[in-house]
Amino acid sequence: MLSWIVWRDLMLAWRRRADALSTLFFFVIVVSLFPLGIGPEAELLRSIAPGVVWVAALLASMLSLGRLFENDYQDGTLEQLLLTPQPLYLVVLGKVAAHWLTSEVPLVCIAPLLGVQFGLSNETLKILVISLVLGTPVLSFIGSIGAALTLGLRSSSVLISILVLPLYVPVLIFGAGAVEASIMGLNPSSHIYLLSSLTVLSLIFAPWGTAAALRISIE
Amino acid sequence: MTPGSFLQVTGANGSGKTSLLRILCGLLTPSEGRINWEGANIRSLGEDYFTQITYFGHRPGVKDELTTVENLRVAAGLSGIALSKQKTAEALERVGLAGRESVPARLLSEGQRRRVSLARLAICSTRLWLLDEVLTALDKTGVAFVRSLIEEHLADGGMAIVATHQDLELSRGLAKRLELTT
Repeated sequence: MLSWIVWRDLMLAWRRRADALSTLFFFVIVVSLFPLGIGPEAELLRSIAPGVVWVAALLASMLSLGRLFENDYQDGTLEQLLLTPQPLYLVVLGKVAAHWLTSEVPLVCIAPLLGVQFGLSNETLKILVISLVLGTPVLSFIGSIGAALTLGLRSSSVLISILVLPLYVPVLIFGAGAVEASIMGLNPSSHIYLLSSLTVLSLIFAPWGTAAALRISIE
Repeated sequence: MTPGSFLQVTGANGSGKTSLLRILCGLLTPSEGRINWEGANIRSLGEDYFTQITYFGHRPGVKDELTTVENLRVAAGLSGIALSKQKTAEALERVGLAGRESVPARLLSEGQRRRVSLARLAICSTRLWLLDEVLTALDKTGVAFVRSLIEEHLADGGMAIVATHQDLELSRGLAKRLELTT
């Protein structure tokens, strides 16, 4: 049954490709603006690269959060999802998984290409991808709580940012930290381990929070 | 409610018909009192209760981007019903959507979109139906098949609570009415 939710959301995303593509383009443009604005100072670019890519990833993932439950809420399918004979935890897990696949995975795929603009080495690019693969699910999970809490509110997109961006800070610190360590020739594994633990924690706890928030929002 | 019984909820706009149905299906928490299903509070039953009910709300719950068949298959899949091709075709034929199988729902009229949603009733095997303003935007034949769906459901020992202004005029004599006042 979990697969039905994932299939449904992937299908919907495919039929509305422009939404997912706009997130991707936003990410590409924001990251590309920095080398253009700062100029070809290789050393400086290399040192700001981790922060720039990670901050852009956070902002890009904010863009797609509003859509996570809002469309389902508007057309009444969310009520049906809440009344399906399976734990709401699984429903949320399916929706977040689909969100990650459609909104975050494209960012992870394009990130190495953008890293090249900043003169990152192959080894660092690898760490960048690993940190994004581990970190972006956390963005989806934490974001889903914010999306569920602000469901149906006016100016919900601004509220989501205020609610969720502070919670993204640990991911940003460890994600960018891993890449930075790799640039300086240090071992990034401690950052990667911490990032993995965040992923596991959010996988376990965030769907509960989102499920509870959805029940409150739908009343 | 007992097997085979039918309750029509009527009342003026704003008298609480929708709230009552939402409380009965567990979407809304009652400020006092509790809803029991076979002697157990539905709050403690959780998902077990949802296997027994089908709720049809104000908004049809149809995805614009999916086709008629996809909408029905997803709805069935989420309710844990394995749907064969033949059963899908039968259900769509029943609600008068034969020939519109691969039309995206956004191209359908309001009445047809409600029919897509109503096709769920033709495939589900739940015991209690909670239908809110189910006849809205439906034409005469639409009203007729909703009536026949409900009659079959009741004949099979199912139960239905329907909030509606129009009279369903069921042929079976078990219908009860509940009039809500503000």
